[in-house]
Amino acid sequence: MPAADHSIIVKDLVKEYEAVKAVQGVSFSVPAGSMFAFLGPNGAGKTTTIKMLTTLVRPTAGSITVNGYDPVKNPEEVRHSFGIVFQDPSLDDELTAYENLFFHAGLYGVPRAETPGRVKDMMDFVELWDRKDHLVKTFSGGMKRRLEIARGLLHTPAVLFLDEPTTGLDPQTRNHIWEYIKKLNDERGLTVFFTTHYMEEAERVAKHVSIIDHGKIVADGTAQSIIQSAGTASLEDAFIKLTGRTIREEEGSGMDQMRNMRRMWRGGKR
Amino acid sequence: MKSNTIYAMYILWLRQVKRYFRSKSRMIGSLGQPVVFLVALGFGFGPVFAKAGGGNYIQFLSPGIIAMSIMFTAVFSGIELIWDKQFGFLKETLVAPVSRIWIMLGRTLGGATTAFLQGVIVFVITVAIGFRPDIAYVLPALLFMFGIALVFTAFGTAIASTMEDMQGFGLIVNLVNMPLFFLSGALFPLTSAPVWIQWIAFVNPLSYGVDGLRGALALVAQYSLWTDFIVLYGVAVLFVALGGWLFERIKV
Repeated sequence: MPAADHSIIVKDLVKEYEAVKAVQGVSFSVPAGSMFAFLGPNGAGKTTTIKMLTTLVRPTAGSITVNGYDPVKNPEEVRHSFGIVFQDPSLDDELTAYENLFFHAGLYGVPRAETPGRVKDMMDFVELWDRKDHLVKTFSGGMKRRLEIARGLLHTPAVLFLDEPTTGLDPQTRNHIWEYIKKLNDERGLTVFFTTHYMEEAERVAKHVSIIDHGKIVADGTAQSIIQSAGTASLEDAFIKLTGRTIREEEGSGMDQMRNMRRMWRGGKR
Repeated sequence: MKSNTIYAMYILWLRQVKRYFRSKSRMIGSLGQPVVFLVALGFGFGPVFAKAGGGNYIQFLSPGIIAMSIMFTAVFSGIELIWDKQFGFLKETLVAPVSRIWIMLGRTLGGATTAFLQGVIVFVITVAIGFRPDIAYVLPALLFMFGIALVFTAFGTAIASTMEDMQGFGLIVNLVNMPLFFLSGALFPLTSAPVWIQWIAFVNPLSYGVDGLRGALALVAQYSLWTDFIVLYGVAVLFVALGGWLFERIKV
Protein backbone atom coordinates (compact mmCIF):
# COMPACT_ATOMS: atom_id res chain seq x y z
CA MET A 1 0.00 0.00 0.00
CA PRO A 2 1.33 3.43 -0.86
CA ALA A 3 1.36 6.36 1.47
CA ALA A 4 -2.19 7.45 2.17
CA ASP A 5 -1.29 11.10 1.73
CA HIS A 6 -1.32 10.72 -2.05
CA SER A 7 -4.48 9.91 -3.99
CA ILE A 8 -2.71 9.26 -7.26
CA ILE A 9 0.86 8.11 -7.81
CA VAL A 10 2.14 7.68 -11.35
CA LYS A 11 5.63 6.33 -12.11
CA ASP A 12 7.32 6.17 -15.51
CA LEU A 13 4.00 5.81 -17.30
CA VAL A 14 4.22 4.94 -21.00
CA LYS A 15 1.51 4.47 -23.61
CA GLU A 16 2.38 3.59 -27.18
CA TYR A 17 -0.16 3.19 -29.92
CA GLU A 18 0.92 1.52 -33.15
CA ALA A 19 2.91 4.44 -34.52
CA VAL A 20 2.57 7.06 -31.80
CA LYS A 21 4.16 7.40 -28.39
CA ALA A 22 1.31 9.22 -26.69
CA VAL A 23 2.82 9.17 -23.21
CA GLN A 24 6.55 8.69 -22.73
CA GLY A 25 7.61 8.10 -19.15
CA VAL A 26 5.40 10.38 -17.09
CA SER A 27 5.69 10.55 -13.29
CA PHE A 28 3.72 12.69 -10.85
CA SER A 29 1.77 12.36 -7.65
CA VAL A 30 -1.39 14.05 -6.50
CA PRO A 31 -1.60 14.82 -2.76
CA ALA A 32 -4.88 13.70 -1.17
CA GLY A 33 -7.37 16.53 -0.84
CA SER A 34 -5.64 18.78 -3.35
CA MET A 35 -6.70 20.47 -6.55
CA PHE A 36 -4.35 19.23 -9.23
CA ALA A 37 -4.20 20.84 -12.68
CA PHE A 38 -2.89 18.71 -15.52
CA LEU A 39 -2.13 21.06 -18.37
CA GLY A 40 -0.82 20.71 -21.88
CA PRO A 41 -1.53 21.61 -25.51
CA ASN A 42 -3.85 19.49 -27.64
CA GLY A 43 -2.41 16.06 -28.29
CA ALA A 44 0.13 16.36 -25.46
CA GLY A 45 -1.09 13.17 -23.78
CA LYS A 46 -3.55 14.52 -21.20
CA THR A 47 -6.60 12.54 -22.19
CA THR A 48 -4.57 9.36 -22.73
CA THR A 49 -3.17 9.73 -19.22
CA ILE A 50 -6.66 10.23 -17.77
CA LYS A 51 -7.88 7.17 -19.64
CA MET A 52 -5.08 5.11 -18.12
CA LEU A 53 -5.82 6.45 -14.64
CA THR A 54 -9.51 5.63 -15.05
CA THR A 55 -9.08 2.04 -16.34
CA LEU A 56 -10.24 2.79 -19.88
CA VAL A 57 -6.82 2.20 -21.47
CA ARG A 58 -4.06 -0.17 -20.41
CA PRO A 59 -0.63 1.41 -20.03
CA THR A 60 2.24 0.01 -22.10
CA ALA A 61 4.63 0.37 -19.16
CA GLY A 62 4.94 2.06 -15.78
CA SER A 63 2.87 1.94 -12.64
CA ILE A 64 -0.26 3.73 -11.46
CA THR A 65 -1.89 3.83 -8.06
CA VAL A 66 -5.30 5.44 -7.64
CA ASN A 67 -6.59 5.54 -4.06
CA GLY A 68 -4.28 2.67 -3.20
CA TYR A 69 -5.32 0.42 -6.09
CA ASP A 70 -3.76 -0.48 -9.41
CA PRO A 71 -6.12 0.27 -12.34
CA VAL A 72 -4.74 -2.71 -14.27
CA LYS A 73 -4.97 -5.28 -11.48
CA ASN A 74 -7.98 -3.98 -9.55
CA PRO A 75 -10.08 -2.05 -12.05
CA GLU A 76 -13.33 -2.44 -10.10
CA GLU A 77 -11.89 -1.09 -6.85
CA VAL A 78 -10.39 1.84 -8.72
CA ARG A 79 -13.68 2.52 -10.49
CA HIS A 80 -15.53 2.63 -7.18
CA SER A 81 -13.05 5.16 -5.86
CA PHE A 82 -13.24 7.89 -8.48
CA GLY A 83 -15.85 9.98 -10.25
CA ILE A 84 -15.30 11.40 -13.70
CA VAL A 85 -16.61 14.14 -15.94
CA PHE A 86 -15.46 13.36 -19.46
CA GLN A 87 -14.33 15.92 -21.98
CA ASP A 88 -17.41 15.19 -24.11
CA PRO A 89 -20.91 14.90 -22.70
CA SER A 90 -21.77 11.38 -21.57
CA LEU A 91 -25.36 11.71 -20.37
CA ASP A 92 -28.30 9.87 -21.84
CA ASP A 93 -30.24 12.63 -23.58
CA GLU A 94 -33.42 10.60 -23.83
CA LEU A 95 -33.66 10.17 -20.08
CA THR A 96 -34.55 12.73 -17.44
CA ALA A 97 -31.94 14.27 -15.17
CA TYR A 98 -33.21 12.19 -12.27
CA GLU A 99 -33.10 8.97 -14.28
CA ASN A 100 -29.53 9.63 -15.36
CA LEU A 101 -28.46 9.90 -11.75
CA PHE A 102 -30.65 7.06 -10.59
CA PHE A 103 -29.17 4.72 -13.20
CA HIS A 104 -25.64 5.79 -12.30
CA ALA A 105 -26.33 4.92 -8.67
CA GLY A 106 -27.53 1.49 -9.78
CA LEU A 107 -24.43 0.85 -11.84
CA TYR A 108 -22.16 1.85 -8.98
CA GLY A 109 -23.90 -0.23 -6.34
CA VAL A 110 -25.09 2.71 -4.23
CA PRO A 111 -27.35 1.14 -1.56
CA ARG A 112 -30.87 1.29 -2.93
CA ALA A 113 -32.36 2.74 0.23
CA GLU A 114 -29.92 5.64 0.10
CA THR A 115 -30.22 6.36 -3.59
CA PRO A 116 -33.19 8.78 -3.65
CA GLY A 117 -31.73 10.87 -0.82
CA ARG A 118 -28.29 11.04 -2.39
CA VAL A 119 -29.67 11.92 -5.80
CA LYS A 120 -31.64 14.75 -4.25
CA ASP A 121 -28.63 16.01 -2.28
CA MET A 122 -26.41 16.09 -5.33
CA MET A 123 -29.03 17.69 -7.54
CA ASP A 124 -29.66 20.29 -4.87
CA PHE A 125 -25.95 20.91 -4.69
CA VAL A 126 -25.70 21.74 -8.41
CA GLU A 127 -29.08 23.54 -8.24
CA LEU A 128 -30.89 21.30 -10.70
CA TRP A 129 -33.46 19.66 -8.42
CA ASP A 130 -36.31 21.73 -9.87
CA ARG A 131 -35.43 20.34 -13.31
CA LYS A 132 -35.20 16.74 -12.21
CA ASP A 133 -38.00 15.45 -14.43
CA HIS A 134 -36.87 17.24 -17.57
CA LEU A 135 -35.25 15.27 -20.37
CA VAL A 136 -31.53 15.98 -20.53
CA LYS A 137 -31.79 16.91 -24.21
CA THR A 138 -33.56 20.10 -23.15
CA PHE A 139 -30.58 21.14 -20.98
CA SER A 140 -27.97 23.76 -21.90
CA GLY A 141 -24.29 22.85 -22.05
CA GLY A 142 -23.69 24.31 -18.60
CA MET A 143 -26.60 22.45 -17.05
CA LYS A 144 -25.36 19.18 -18.55
CA ARG A 145 -21.94 19.82 -17.04
CA ARG A 146 -23.41 20.49 -13.62
CA LEU A 147 -25.49 17.34 -13.87
CA GLU A 148 -22.42 15.35 -14.84
CA ILE A 149 -20.57 16.67 -11.80
CA ALA A 150 -23.50 15.66 -9.61
CA ARG A 151 -23.52 12.23 -11.22
CA GLY A 152 -19.77 11.79 -10.78
CA LEU A 153 -20.11 12.41 -7.04
CA LEU A 154 -23.11 10.19 -6.40
CA HIS A 155 -21.10 7.18 -5.28
CA THR A 156 -18.99 9.36 -2.93
CA PRO A 157 -15.64 8.92 -4.67
CA ALA A 158 -12.37 10.08 -3.12
CA VAL A 159 -11.08 11.54 -6.40
CA LEU A 160 -12.94 13.48 -9.07
CA PHE A 161 -11.48 13.60 -12.59
CA LEU A 162 -12.56 16.56 -14.70
CA ASP A 163 -11.40 16.59 -18.31
CA GLU A 164 -11.84 20.17 -19.54
CA PRO A 165 -14.94 20.76 -17.45
CA THR A 166 -15.43 24.37 -18.51
CA THR A 167 -14.63 24.24 -22.23
CA GLY A 168 -17.25 25.99 -24.30
CA LEU A 169 -19.08 27.58 -21.37
CA ASP A 170 -19.64 31.25 -20.71
CA PRO A 171 -17.65 32.96 -17.90
CA GLN A 172 -20.66 32.99 -15.56
CA THR A 173 -21.16 29.25 -15.86
CA ARG A 174 -17.44 28.60 -15.61
CA ASN A 175 -17.20 30.52 -12.36
CA HIS A 176 -20.24 28.75 -11.06
CA ILE A 177 -18.76 25.36 -11.82
CA TRP A 178 -15.46 26.19 -10.13
CA GLU A 179 -17.38 27.37 -7.08
CA TYR A 180 -19.02 23.97 -6.78
CA ILE A 181 -15.74 22.19 -7.23
CA LYS A 182 -13.86 24.35 -4.74
CA LYS A 183 -16.63 23.85 -2.23
CA LEU A 184 -16.35 20.09 -2.59
CA ASN A 185 -12.60 20.30 -2.19
CA ASP A 186 -12.81 22.57 0.89
CA GLU A 187 -15.69 20.95 2.70
CA ARG A 188 -15.35 17.27 1.86
CA GLY A 189 -11.62 17.03 1.20
CA LEU A 190 -12.31 15.70 -2.29
CA THR A 191 -9.20 15.32 -4.44
CA VAL A 192 -9.75 17.00 -7.80
CA PHE A 193 -7.68 16.15 -10.87
CA PHE A 194 -8.54 18.41 -13.78
CA THR A 195 -7.39 19.51 -17.20
CA THR A 196 -8.20 22.85 -18.78
CA HIS A 197 -7.07 25.15 -21.54
CA TYR A 198 -7.93 28.22 -19.47
CA MET A 199 -4.64 28.96 -17.73
CA GLU A 200 -6.12 31.62 -15.46
CA GLU A 201 -8.47 28.96 -14.07
CA ALA A 202 -5.57 26.67 -13.25
CA GLU A 203 -3.62 29.55 -11.73
CA ARG A 204 -6.59 30.53 -9.61
CA VAL A 205 -7.83 27.19 -8.29
CA ALA A 206 -5.02 24.63 -8.49
CA LYS A 207 -2.64 23.95 -5.62
CA HIS A 208 -0.46 21.81 -7.85
CA VAL A 209 0.19 22.10 -11.55
CA SER A 210 1.81 19.68 -13.96
CA ILE A 211 2.45 20.63 -17.58
CA ILE A 212 2.75 17.82 -20.10
CA ASP A 213 3.96 18.18 -23.68
CA HIS A 214 4.84 15.58 -26.31
CA GLY A 215 4.06 12.89 -23.74
CA LYS A 216 6.53 14.22 -21.14
CA ILE A 217 6.18 16.37 -18.04
CA VAL A 218 7.87 19.71 -18.73
CA ALA A 219 7.01 21.49 -15.49
CA ASP A 220 5.70 20.49 -12.09
CA GLY A 221 4.96 22.42 -8.92
CA THR A 222 2.72 25.21 -7.71
CA ALA A 223 1.51 27.76 -10.25
CA GLN A 224 3.73 30.34 -8.56
CA SER A 225 6.85 28.20 -8.70
CA ILE A 226 6.31 27.45 -12.39
CA ILE A 227 5.78 31.13 -13.16
CA GLN A 228 8.91 32.05 -11.22
CA SER A 229 11.20 29.48 -12.77
CA ALA A 230 9.96 30.43 -16.24
CA GLY A 231 10.50 34.09 -15.40
CA THR A 232 7.13 35.17 -16.77
CA ALA A 233 4.22 37.25 -15.54
CA SER A 234 1.45 34.66 -15.68
CA LEU A 235 0.88 30.93 -15.98
CA GLU A 236 -0.33 31.43 -19.52
CA ASP A 237 2.99 33.04 -20.50
CA ALA A 238 4.93 30.33 -18.70
CA PHE A 239 2.85 27.70 -20.49
CA ILE A 240 3.60 29.20 -23.89
CA LYS A 241 7.26 29.60 -23.04
CA LEU A 242 7.45 25.93 -22.05
CA THR A 243 5.39 24.42 -24.83
CA GLY A 244 6.14 26.79 -27.72
CA ARG A 245 3.94 28.88 -29.96
CA THR A 246 3.21 26.36 -32.68
CA ILE A 247 -0.43 25.39 -33.09
CA ARG A 248 -1.06 21.73 -32.36
CA GLU A 249 -3.29 19.81 -34.65
CA GLU A 250 -5.16 17.04 -32.98
CA GLU A 251 -6.30 14.46 -35.43
CA GLY A 252 -10.08 14.14 -35.41
CA SER A 253 -11.14 10.63 -34.54
CA GLY A 254 -13.90 8.80 -36.37
CA MET A 255 -16.01 9.57 -33.37
CA ASP A 256 -15.50 13.32 -33.72
CA GLN A 257 -16.52 13.20 -37.32
CA MET A 258 -19.67 11.32 -36.43
CA ARG A 259 -20.48 13.81 -33.74
CA ASN A 260 -20.23 16.60 -36.25
CA MET A 261 -22.50 14.75 -38.60
CA ARG A 262 -25.05 14.20 -35.88
CA ARG A 263 -24.89 17.83 -34.93
CA MET A 264 -25.77 18.71 -38.50
CA TRP A 265 -28.74 16.36 -38.52
CA ARG A 266 -30.01 17.70 -35.26
CA GLY A 267 -29.78 21.28 -36.45
CA GLY A 268 -26.74 22.35 -34.46
CA LYS A 269 -28.15 21.90 -30.97
CA ARG A 270 -25.84 21.23 -28.02
CA MET B 1 -21.38 -12.85 -9.28
CA LYS B 2 -22.20 -10.07 -6.84
CA SER B 3 -25.80 -9.05 -6.30
CA ASN B 4 -24.87 -5.62 -7.53
CA THR B 5 -23.98 -7.11 -10.91
CA ILE B 6 -27.51 -8.35 -11.41
CA TYR B 7 -28.93 -5.00 -10.35
CA ALA B 8 -26.59 -3.20 -12.75
CA MET B 9 -27.80 -5.47 -15.55
CA TYR B 10 -31.36 -4.70 -14.56
CA ILE B 11 -30.56 -0.97 -14.71
CA LEU B 12 -29.19 -1.29 -18.25
CA TRP B 13 -32.21 -3.38 -19.24
CA LEU B 14 -34.56 -0.82 -17.73
CA ARG B 15 -32.88 1.95 -19.64
CA GLN B 16 -33.51 0.28 -23.02
CA VAL B 17 -37.12 -0.46 -22.15
CA LYS B 18 -37.77 3.07 -20.92
CA ARG B 19 -36.30 4.55 -24.04
CA TYR B 20 -38.45 2.24 -26.15
CA PHE B 21 -41.69 3.29 -24.51
CA ARG B 22 -40.66 6.90 -24.65
CA SER B 23 -40.07 7.04 -28.39
CA LYS B 24 -43.59 6.40 -29.62
CA SER B 25 -42.67 7.48 -33.12
CA ARG B 26 -40.08 4.74 -33.46
CA MET B 27 -42.47 2.21 -32.00
CA ILE B 28 -45.23 3.09 -34.43
CA GLY B 29 -42.92 3.78 -37.37
CA SER B 30 -41.39 0.33 -37.24
CA LEU B 31 -44.86 -1.23 -37.43
CA GLY B 32 -45.29 0.16 -40.94
CA GLN B 33 -43.16 -2.41 -42.72
CA PRO B 34 -44.75 -5.55 -41.24
CA VAL B 35 -48.25 -4.19 -41.82
CA VAL B 36 -47.47 -3.45 -45.46
CA PHE B 37 -46.01 -6.93 -45.92
CA LEU B 38 -49.00 -8.52 -44.26
CA VAL B 39 -51.63 -6.66 -46.23
CA ALA B 40 -49.88 -6.54 -49.60
CA LEU B 41 -48.56 -10.08 -49.60
CA GLY B 42 -51.31 -11.61 -47.53
CA PHE B 43 -54.14 -10.39 -49.69
CA GLY B 44 -52.13 -10.17 -52.91
CA PHE B 45 -50.57 -13.62 -52.93
CA GLY B 46 -53.25 -15.24 -50.80
CA PRO B 47 -55.47 -16.43 -53.69
CA VAL B 48 -52.48 -17.74 -55.69
CA PHE B 49 -51.18 -19.57 -52.65
CA ALA B 50 -54.58 -21.14 -52.02
CA LYS B 51 -54.96 -22.13 -55.69
CA ALA B 52 -51.56 -23.83 -55.58
CA GLY B 53 -52.84 -25.92 -52.73
CA GLY B 54 -50.96 -24.13 -49.94
CA GLY B 55 -54.04 -23.37 -47.88
CA ASN B 56 -54.75 -20.10 -46.09
CA TYR B 57 -51.81 -17.79 -46.80
CA ILE B 58 -52.45 -15.47 -43.86
CA GLN B 59 -52.06 -18.49 -41.58
CA PHE B 60 -48.74 -19.26 -43.24
CA LEU B 61 -47.47 -15.70 -43.54
CA SER B 62 -48.32 -14.25 -40.12
CA PRO B 63 -45.70 -16.15 -38.09
CA GLY B 64 -43.12 -15.15 -40.72
CA ILE B 65 -44.05 -11.49 -40.43
CA ILE B 66 -43.95 -11.60 -36.64
CA ALA B 67 -40.46 -13.12 -36.89
CA MET B 68 -39.43 -10.50 -39.43
CA SER B 69 -40.48 -7.56 -37.28
CA ILE B 70 -38.64 -9.01 -34.29
CA MET B 71 -35.51 -9.67 -36.30
CA PHE B 72 -35.33 -6.19 -37.81
CA THR B 73 -36.01 -4.40 -34.54
CA ALA B 74 -33.48 -6.62 -32.79
CA VAL B 75 -30.63 -6.13 -35.25
CA PHE B 76 -31.22 -2.41 -35.39
CA SER B 77 -31.06 -2.12 -31.62
CA GLY B 78 -27.33 -2.48 -32.27
CA ILE B 79 -27.50 1.06 -33.60
CA GLU B 80 -28.17 2.24 -30.05
CA LEU B 81 -24.71 1.04 -29.15
CA ILE B 82 -23.28 3.24 -31.88
CA TRP B 83 -25.37 6.20 -30.64
CA ASP B 84 -24.03 5.55 -27.16
CA LYS B 85 -20.45 5.46 -28.41
CA GLN B 86 -21.06 8.72 -30.15
CA PHE B 87 -22.95 10.32 -27.31
CA GLY B 88 -20.37 9.27 -24.78
CA PHE B 89 -22.89 7.41 -22.64
CA LEU B 90 -21.03 4.18 -23.34
CA LYS B 91 -17.96 5.58 -21.58
CA GLU B 92 -20.05 6.25 -18.52
CA THR B 93 -21.02 2.58 -18.38
CA LEU B 94 -17.51 1.35 -19.16
CA VAL B 95 -15.97 3.13 -16.14
CA ALA B 96 -18.67 1.72 -13.87
CA PRO B 97 -17.46 -0.98 -11.48
CA VAL B 98 -19.19 -3.76 -13.43
CA SER B 99 -17.46 -6.16 -15.84
CA ARG B 100 -18.09 -5.42 -19.47
CA ILE B 101 -19.62 -8.80 -20.12
CA TRP B 102 -22.50 -8.01 -17.73
CA ILE B 103 -22.93 -4.60 -19.28
CA MET B 104 -23.20 -6.21 -22.69
CA LEU B 105 -25.62 -8.81 -21.36
CA GLY B 106 -27.85 -6.20 -19.70
CA ARG B 107 -27.96 -4.15 -22.89
CA THR B 108 -28.65 -7.21 -25.04
CA LEU B 109 -31.49 -8.39 -22.81
CA GLY B 110 -32.92 -4.86 -22.92
CA GLY B 111 -32.73 -4.71 -26.70
CA ALA B 112 -34.18 -8.21 -26.99
CA THR B 113 -37.07 -7.24 -24.73
CA THR B 114 -38.00 -4.26 -26.88
CA ALA B 115 -37.79 -6.37 -30.05
CA PHE B 116 -39.96 -8.99 -28.36
CA LEU B 117 -42.54 -6.37 -27.38
CA GLN B 118 -42.54 -5.15 -30.96
CA GLY B 119 -43.25 -8.73 -32.02
CA VAL B 120 -46.16 -8.95 -29.58
CA ILE B 121 -47.70 -5.83 -31.11
CA VAL B 122 -47.33 -7.28 -34.60
CA PHE B 123 -48.85 -10.53 -33.33
CA VAL B 124 -51.93 -8.61 -32.22
CA ILE B 125 -52.10 -6.89 -35.62
CA THR B 126 -51.94 -10.21 -37.47
CA VAL B 127 -54.86 -11.47 -35.42
CA ALA B 128 -56.79 -8.32 -36.30
CA ILE B 129 -56.09 -8.93 -39.98
CA GLY B 130 -57.39 -12.47 -39.86
CA PHE B 131 -54.69 -14.74 -38.43
CA ARG B 132 -56.20 -17.47 -36.26
CA PRO B 133 -53.39 -18.89 -34.07
CA ASP B 134 -53.67 -22.02 -31.97
CA ILE B 135 -54.11 -20.63 -28.49
CA ALA B 136 -52.76 -23.78 -26.79
CA TYR B 137 -49.25 -23.05 -28.03
CA VAL B 138 -49.04 -19.32 -27.33
CA LEU B 139 -46.52 -19.82 -24.54
CA PRO B 140 -43.98 -21.74 -26.66
CA ALA B 141 -44.62 -19.19 -29.40
CA LEU B 142 -43.61 -16.41 -27.03
CA LEU B 143 -40.44 -18.35 -26.20
CA PHE B 144 -39.60 -18.56 -29.89
CA MET B 145 -40.25 -14.85 -30.29
CA PHE B 146 -37.88 -14.07 -27.46
CA GLY B 147 -35.30 -16.47 -28.89
CA ILE B 148 -35.35 -14.68 -32.25
CA ALA B 149 -35.05 -11.35 -30.44
CA LEU B 150 -32.07 -12.58 -28.43
CA VAL B 151 -30.21 -14.06 -31.40
CA PHE B 152 -30.49 -10.95 -33.50
CA THR B 153 -29.94 -8.39 -30.74
CA ALA B 154 -26.69 -10.16 -29.91
CA PHE B 155 -25.86 -10.20 -33.61
CA GLY B 156 -26.54 -6.45 -33.91
CA THR B 157 -24.49 -5.75 -30.78
CA ALA B 158 -21.61 -7.81 -32.16
CA ILE B 159 -21.57 -5.84 -35.42
CA ALA B 160 -22.04 -2.49 -33.68
CA SER B 161 -19.14 -3.25 -31.32
CA THR B 162 -16.77 -3.27 -34.26
CA MET B 163 -18.15 -0.16 -35.99
CA GLU B 164 -18.11 3.54 -35.44
CA ASP B 165 -20.38 4.93 -38.09
CA MET B 166 -24.03 4.55 -38.50
CA GLN B 167 -24.29 4.47 -42.27
CA GLY B 168 -21.85 1.59 -42.41
CA PHE B 169 -23.87 -0.26 -39.82
CA GLY B 170 -27.07 0.25 -41.80
CA LEU B 171 -25.47 -1.01 -44.99
CA ILE B 172 -23.95 -4.13 -43.48
CA VAL B 173 -27.07 -4.96 -41.56
CA ASN B 174 -29.29 -4.68 -44.63
CA LEU B 175 -26.84 -6.75 -46.61
CA VAL B 176 -27.23 -9.55 -44.08
CA ASN B 177 -30.85 -9.04 -43.01
CA MET B 178 -32.52 -9.20 -46.39
CA PRO B 179 -31.16 -12.58 -47.56
CA LEU B 180 -31.65 -14.06 -44.10
CA PHE B 181 -35.23 -12.91 -44.15
CA PHE B 182 -36.10 -14.01 -47.69
CA LEU B 183 -34.35 -17.35 -47.27
CA SER B 184 -35.86 -18.25 -43.92
CA GLY B 185 -39.17 -19.60 -45.12
CA ALA B 186 -40.94 -16.58 -43.65
CA LEU B 187 -42.73 -15.67 -46.89
CA PHE B 188 -42.94 -18.96 -48.80
CA PRO B 189 -42.17 -22.60 -48.12
CA LEU B 190 -38.65 -23.55 -49.13
CA THR B 191 -39.25 -27.28 -49.21
CA SER B 192 -39.43 -27.32 -53.01
CA ALA B 193 -36.76 -24.64 -53.57
CA PRO B 194 -33.39 -25.48 -55.22
CA VAL B 195 -31.02 -27.41 -52.99
CA TRP B 196 -28.53 -24.57 -52.54
CA ILE B 197 -31.30 -22.31 -51.23
CA GLN B 198 -32.33 -25.06 -48.85
CA TRP B 199 -28.75 -25.15 -47.62
CA ILE B 200 -28.77 -21.44 -46.89
CA ALA B 201 -32.06 -21.88 -45.07
CA PHE B 202 -30.54 -24.76 -43.16
CA VAL B 203 -27.74 -22.63 -41.70
CA ASN B 204 -29.95 -19.57 -41.26
CA PRO B 205 -30.92 -19.19 -37.59
CA LEU B 206 -34.06 -17.27 -38.54
CA SER B 207 -35.38 -20.40 -40.32
CA TYR B 208 -35.63 -22.16 -36.98
CA GLY B 209 -37.28 -19.18 -35.35
CA VAL B 210 -39.84 -18.93 -38.13
CA ASP B 211 -40.38 -22.68 -38.22
CA GLY B 212 -40.82 -22.90 -34.46
CA LEU B 213 -43.18 -19.95 -34.40
CA ARG B 214 -45.22 -21.38 -37.24
CA GLY B 215 -45.19 -24.79 -35.66
CA ALA B 216 -46.55 -23.37 -32.43
CA LEU B 217 -49.10 -20.95 -33.84
CA ALA B 218 -50.22 -22.51 -37.12
CA LEU B 219 -49.29 -26.13 -36.43
CA VAL B 220 -47.27 -26.50 -39.63
CA ALA B 221 -43.56 -27.05 -39.29
CA GLN B 222 -40.59 -28.58 -41.03
CA TYR B 223 -38.72 -29.57 -37.88
CA SER B 224 -39.94 -30.56 -34.47
CA LEU B 225 -40.49 -27.75 -31.96
CA TRP B 226 -37.66 -29.12 -29.84
CA THR B 227 -35.20 -29.02 -32.74
CA ASP B 228 -36.20 -25.45 -33.48
CA PHE B 229 -35.96 -24.51 -29.83
CA ILE B 230 -32.53 -26.06 -29.27
CA VAL B 231 -31.01 -24.66 -32.46
CA LEU B 232 -32.42 -21.17 -31.85
CA TYR B 233 -31.28 -20.89 -28.25
CA GLY B 234 -27.97 -22.59 -29.08
CA VAL B 235 -27.29 -19.90 -31.66
CA ALA B 236 -28.39 -17.29 -29.14
CA VAL B 237 -25.77 -18.47 -26.66
CA LEU B 238 -23.16 -18.48 -29.42
CA PHE B 239 -24.00 -14.95 -30.57
CA VAL B 240 -24.17 -13.57 -27.05
CA ALA B 241 -20.70 -15.02 -26.45
CA LEU B 242 -19.42 -13.52 -29.70
CA GLY B 243 -21.06 -10.16 -28.93
CA GLY B 244 -19.56 -10.22 -25.44
CA TRP B 245 -16.12 -10.98 -26.83
CA LEU B 246 -16.30 -8.09 -29.29
CA PHE B 247 -17.82 -5.76 -26.71
CA GLU B 248 -14.85 -6.43 -24.41
CA ARG B 249 -12.63 -5.10 -27.16
CA ILE B 250 -14.37 -1.79 -27.75
CA LYS B 251 -11.90 1.06 -27.55
CA VAL B 252 -13.06 4.41 -26.25
